[in-house]
Amino acid sequence: MLIFDSVRYTAPDGETDIIKDLSLEVKDGEILVVTGPNGGGKSTLARLAMGIIKPTAGKITLDGMDITELDITERAKLGVGYAFQAPPRFKGLTVKRLLALAAGDEISDSECCKYLSRVGLCAADYLDRALDATLSGGELKRIEVASLLIRSLKVAIYDEPEAGIDIWSFNMLVNAFSTMGKEKSGSLMIISHQERLIQTADRIAIVAEGKLKDIGTKNEIMPKLSEIFCRECIKTRN
Amino acid sequence: MINNKLLGSDMHLLDMIASMPQVPEGAAINVRKNGEKAVRSITENIDIRTKEDGKGIDIIIKPGTKGEKVYIPVILTESGLKETVANDFIVGNGAEVEIVAGCGICNSGSCGESSHSGVHTFKIGDNCKVKYVEKHYGEGDGQAVMNPSTVIMLGKNSVFDMESSQIRGISSTIRNTVAYLAEDARMNVSERLVTHENQVAKSDMEVFLNGKGSSLQIVSRSVAQDTSSQMFHPKAVGNTACNAHIQCDAIIMDDAAVGSIPEIQANSAEASIIHEAAIGRINNEQLLKLQSLGLSAEEAEAVIIEGFLS
Repeated sequence: MLIFDSVRYTAPDGETDIIKDLSLEVKDGEILVVTGPNGGGKSTLARLAMGIIKPTAGKITLDGMDITELDITERAKLGVGYAFQAPPRFKGLTVKRLLALAAGDEISDSECCKYLSRVGLCAADYLDRALDATLSGGELKRIEVASLLIRSLKVAIYDEPEAGIDIWSFNMLVNAFSTMGKEKSGSLMIISHQERLIQTADRIAIVAEGKLKDIGTKNEIMPKLSEIFCRECIKTRN
Repeated sequence: MINNKLLGSDMHLLDMIASMPQVPEGAAINVRKNGEKAVRSITENIDIRTKEDGKGIDIIIKPGTKGEKVYIPVILTESGLKETVANDFIVGNGAEVEIVAGCGICNSGSCGESSHSGVHTFKIGDNCKVKYVEKHYGEGDGQAVMNPSTVIMLGKNSVFDMESSQIRGISSTIRNTVAYLAEDARMNVSERLVTHENQVAKSDMEVFLNGKGSSLQIVSRSVAQDTSSQMFHPKAVGNTACNAHIQCDAIIMDDAAVGSIPEIQANSAEASIIHEAAIGRINNEQLLKLQSLGLSAEEAEAVIIEGFLS
């Protein structure tokens, strides 16, 4: 279980609190979708979980272990994974090499194929391709998801997986998350605005203005979502 | 007395520069060690002759030769040795061969700087396919200097693939490459360079696309570490309907310096020439991505460099 315990994150300017004493649990085996208006602190929460940034106050624990001061590498080794909203491109690094690095060992072509197929890519066409500008945003995003699928993770964090991808890639992502949800192999924390992704959730958390506004099962939260979003829209407009 | 017999330690150098952990059988070979011929063998189609002045060799490849390899590595293991060598390659029409060159210097530093200046001139006939692989590598505490010059005259409808790499350990290098391309000739250059400590590297390349339909691609990737410095000056001159694409990418680290002077010239309205150059440090997001897979910052950096230079 991943727990944010009264976590605060103040921007480097030292004045703006982006996350304000937020507490949240990601339970074992669940899909938790974190949603809410833009600028509300969702992606910051994901980056705090992976250790890309450190909290100003509060504590983050994984299965009871305090990981607040651990760096990215240490958290990755403990089973925390993170899919970037805009995955970086690499000149010369092949898809197969990235998947092997993710798996932590040499990996057979057929094993790579298994995971690439799950995100809708024809593996034979991709294994030796470099992760550079010759790949589209959608292809890169699917490979990013495959790089998490291939690992045995306790918590996999996806930061707006729908951002920058085409409708076909999006459908594949929804299917991949639905399958993961059924397998219950680890927890998923998905940052998303997309209704179809929100529908894959066991629970939904609404984060706005750096605070946890509401959390509950899909059936509890879904009806409130449009109301909350409208309220935030009006607030922003005024 | 100069020692030109191959020893076990020499095979390590030969493996680094010419991927030959042992002397291959059945191939045309000339190994030069400390300024003297150490090994030579020829084949029915490929002859190797010492020049009359003794300062180089002629490699003569018969027309129509297919699928053969020529190895002409040079190693310097005596500290303080300085040599200049001129090698000529005459490739007959229709020949398809791979030429593996390269130079390895092991300088203990006991007798000062060791240096090798090689001038390779290729006279390539029509309808040929030539792959030329050249690796430079140095080890030991002494200075290792390498100044290779390469001149290529590429015949009609011929292809010349040049892979040149400087792996590690070369204190100073000035590389000069000049090529003349005839009708429908194609030249692909892949250059890989790593400098570290206070090493200096300069690469000048000038390609004249003289024949209609000729094409050129240069992909140069380099990594400059510590306080080393690099300067690239590739130039493509299009004199007719032709295509050229030059791409120079460099990763700069620590307190290194990298310069790139792109120069393209079209002397025909039908010439299409593109140059791209980029110099930058390792992208932070790339490091974070690899760290998020469990790699340390140092491991992530090594993987990024390895991929970049592959």
